[in-house]
Amino acid sequence: MHIVDRRLNPRGKSLENRQRFLRRVKGTVQQAVKRSLQNRNIRDVLDGGEISLPIDGMAEPSLRRGGDGISDQILPGNRAFVEGDIIPRPPGRNGGKPKEAGEGDGEDGFRFVLTREEFLDVFLDDLELPDLAKRRLSETEEESPIRAGYSVSGSPSNIAVGRTTRLAMMRRVALHRPRAEELEALQRQIEECTDDKSRLALEAKLKSLTEKTRRIPYIDPLDVRYRRFENEPKPVAKAVMFCLMDVSGSMSEHMKDLAKRFYLLLYLFLSKRYKKVEIVFIRHTDKAEEVDEETFFYGPATGGTLVSSALAAMRAIIAARFDPTEWNIYGAQASDGDNSHSDGNLTGQLLRHEILPQCQYFAYIEVGEESGDSSASRSPLWTLYQGIRSELLPLSIRKVCRRNEIFPVFHDLFQKRDGQSKVTP
Amino acid sequence: MTTTVRPKERLLFEGADWDFSTLQRIHDACEEIALGELGLDVYPNQIEVITSEQMLDAYSSTGMPLFYRHWSFGKHFAHHEAFYRRGMRDLAYEIVINSSPCISYLMEENTATMQTLVTAHAAFGHNHFFKNNYLFKLWTDAKGILDYLDFAKGYITRCEERYGEAAVERTLDAAHALMSHGVHRYAGKTTVDLRQEEKRQQERRAHEEQMFNDLWRTVPVGKARKGGDIGLEKRRAALGLPQDNILYFLEKSAPRLQPWQREILRIVRHVAQYFHPQRQTKVMNEGTATFVHYQIMNRLHERGQISDGNFLEFLKSHANVVFQPSYDDRRFSGFNPYALGFAMMQDIERIVTKPTEEDRAWFPDISGRGDAMAVLRGIWADYRDESFISQFLSPNLIRQLRLFHLYDDPDQTEGVLVSAIHNERGYLRIRRQLSREYDIGWTDPVIDIVDVDLAGDRRLLLQHIVMNGCHLQEADTRLVLQHLADLWGYDVLLQEIDGSSTVAREYAASPRKIVQ
Repeated sequence: MHIVDRRLNPRGKSLENRQRFLRRVKGTVQQAVKRSLQNRNIRDVLDGGEISLPIDGMAEPSLRRGGDGISDQILPGNRAFVEGDIIPRPPGRNGGKPKEAGEGDGEDGFRFVLTREEFLDVFLDDLELPDLAKRRLSETEEESPIRAGYSVSGSPSNIAVGRTTRLAMMRRVALHRPRAEELEALQRQIEECTDDKSRLALEAKLKSLTEKTRRIPYIDPLDVRYRRFENEPKPVAKAVMFCLMDVSGSMSEHMKDLAKRFYLLLYLFLSKRYKKVEIVFIRHTDKAEEVDEETFFYGPATGGTLVSSALAAMRAIIAARFDPTEWNIYGAQASDGDNSHSDGNLTGQLLRHEILPQCQYFAYIEVGEESGDSSASRSPLWTLYQGIRSELLPLSIRKVCRRNEIFPVFHDLFQKRDGQSKVTP
Repeated sequence: MTTTVRPKERLLFEGADWDFSTLQRIHDACEEIALGELGLDVYPNQIEVITSEQMLDAYSSTGMPLFYRHWSFGKHFAHHEAFYRRGMRDLAYEIVINSSPCISYLMEENTATMQTLVTAHAAFGHNHFFKNNYLFKLWTDAKGILDYLDFAKGYITRCEERYGEAAVERTLDAAHALMSHGVHRYAGKTTVDLRQEEKRQQERRAHEEQMFNDLWRTVPVGKARKGGDIGLEKRRAALGLPQDNILYFLEKSAPRLQPWQREILRIVRHVAQYFHPQRQTKVMNEGTATFVHYQIMNRLHERGQISDGNFLEFLKSHANVVFQPSYDDRRFSGFNPYALGFAMMQDIERIVTKPTEEDRAWFPDISGRGDAMAVLRGIWADYRDESFISQFLSPNLIRQLRLFHLYDDPDQTEGVLVSAIHNERGYLRIRRQLSREYDIGWTDPVIDIVDVDLAGDRRLLLQHIVMNGCHLQEADTRLVLQHLADLWGYDVLLQEIDGSSTVAREYAASPRKIVQ
């Protein structure tokens, strides 16, 4: 008899099969991910998790009998029946056939657990992610080079002179390389020497010392040291993201969905960069309040529109809870662009002098109906923000009408560009 | 229990922990009883310790340690995993492979008692059954299977490299869909020899490559021979029709398949054939293994090699395994092959050793024979589920399980008829009916390839003989037929023939343009 320990065999033997399966049902998975996003909290998106796929997308058909026709069945556990009894079929069940053996697993909704990476891949894929941004999103931390001791190889510009000369001196001392003064002294002795015999001895000594000097160079390639740098991940910091949304009656479900997707991306983006990301949801009509996510996206509210109320609320919350010296503050505002005329001035003031100076970045997206035109806008807010944007503050504005525009817009907003170095942490 | 404990009879282990030397002791102790006292005859054993993830893996590729790659195994893995993760289902305690040496997997999470149970169950019960049952002897090649699977895996990987993953996947999908109709149901001329099979494939290919001469393409062909004048019977005989092994027919006769596609069909067919005996012996196989582990565990306990506490742990697992809920129980999902098989084995033991008058009348051949193990070994070798039940399901067991027969005719609007119960009038009918439920000749649809229109459009004609008004499941049939048409390369037609040889339903499919 043999006993074999297979526990250390390579794991994940089924990984390849799993990937093939995912590839095959890609379309279905995308649908499912899209569906699941609608019912997910922003924070949950990063967990990956279970999605439910309809089984028919990946059926493995075989030739078998259907449920019609006469059926005979033997069952155990009879207590009451006698031969000839007729048992009425339960209503509603077609044919009244008792469930067949082995049918009990319920395969109509096939559950599949996606890992976090798989989920993000599918999710970002759905948004028509350009490659560039994918790379940017998937890097977890910024890296910067730091000094990390010395190495024996490197580029000439990195030669560590001090270290090199010190090593050279150690070597010279250890190998007794004649010092220059020593040779000079000897030279002088020879010159001052009158006795031929001793001069010959001195000259021989000088000769051997000079030879030794040649053999033991002043600086040997062995001594050369270079400064070594290592890439160290930048220490991760904290970030807070303010989601501001106008929830007045003019905001349709479609618009809220667009906004949600935008916030989702922003959250994803931030949580890849920061260890801790807080989210603050502020919704406003003519007055603003901080709410939870559920209320934010689904709560019914209506009333007039005063954008300044939301900005004022944001300012208050920053002052109370998020010290700008400790927190990286991001704002994302979604709105259909309406604002009452009298509020324009106050909004501009707040944004320009109170909010933007404290923010790393503030993005305004104007959401429109699906059939709308996303090229430009003439809404009051748009016009106002456009004026502020020209002052090179960390503010970006874009208009979005369709779901597939979300990602390009997001990508655009968060691209590194000149004059906005404050965008990336 | 004796007070003086001889060294040989000390406990095999204490508590739940085990290590490799424990496993060795367990195996040796089981072996002593299995071979010495029960008279079993087994392949050499190989015991492999694996993790639960590996167990899931093995599950998903039909229990085999190595298998070619295909998305459906990924699907099954995900499916099992989801159930397992949510705690809705336990993993099987064991998987055992019909190979020589016989490989049994033990999960590392099992307690020492469970390892003993599994060793007794798989490494001796199943092992003996695999080695001695006539179906396995006839249809499977225990020595060759692992090498053959290794070859299959390598071959399919090479095909993927040469012809592309997509093309191979399409072929495999189609072959899998027809897998249930890829077995020879009736004993052939020789037993399979998978090693030989693998060698032959290599020779075939080498020969083809050697003989390939591009010049032959340019040789003018003579006028096509006139078809049509060959008689129908002659033509069918030439093609070996009617043929119920659809995969075999395609492999031999489909005009448009590439050689590698034929080889893939052959691989899938061999795998189907390998598992064919297992489908026909579920009750017997599990019954045998359960009976064997029950005997061995009891003997180990009697000899003082297993403590009372561990024995209780075993009894609890054993009771779970052989639990058979009643038809109206929420947990009921058909007959539990472990329960039915074990009950029948015990019943036979009772008939052989302590028969009643009834048993003498029903089982004159075996009642009172005295040597239960000899009788059981004989039965294990010579029967499959269908014949086993039709021979050995006793009135006593029918009463004990309170079996009854439901007859459900959709035309009967009043309801379902209880046509037999566990009484004098019912015993034979219940026994016959239950044995029928295990007869795959009865439960699987009978589908034959009956004709090919060689002179005309090469349409393939199949027939399904409808029994008891049970037609084929419609959506699935369309999908399978599409796969069939793709492989055949021309139109296919499937007719469902009712009792009066009228065509009740027809399915037709044309090949998709995917053949490269």
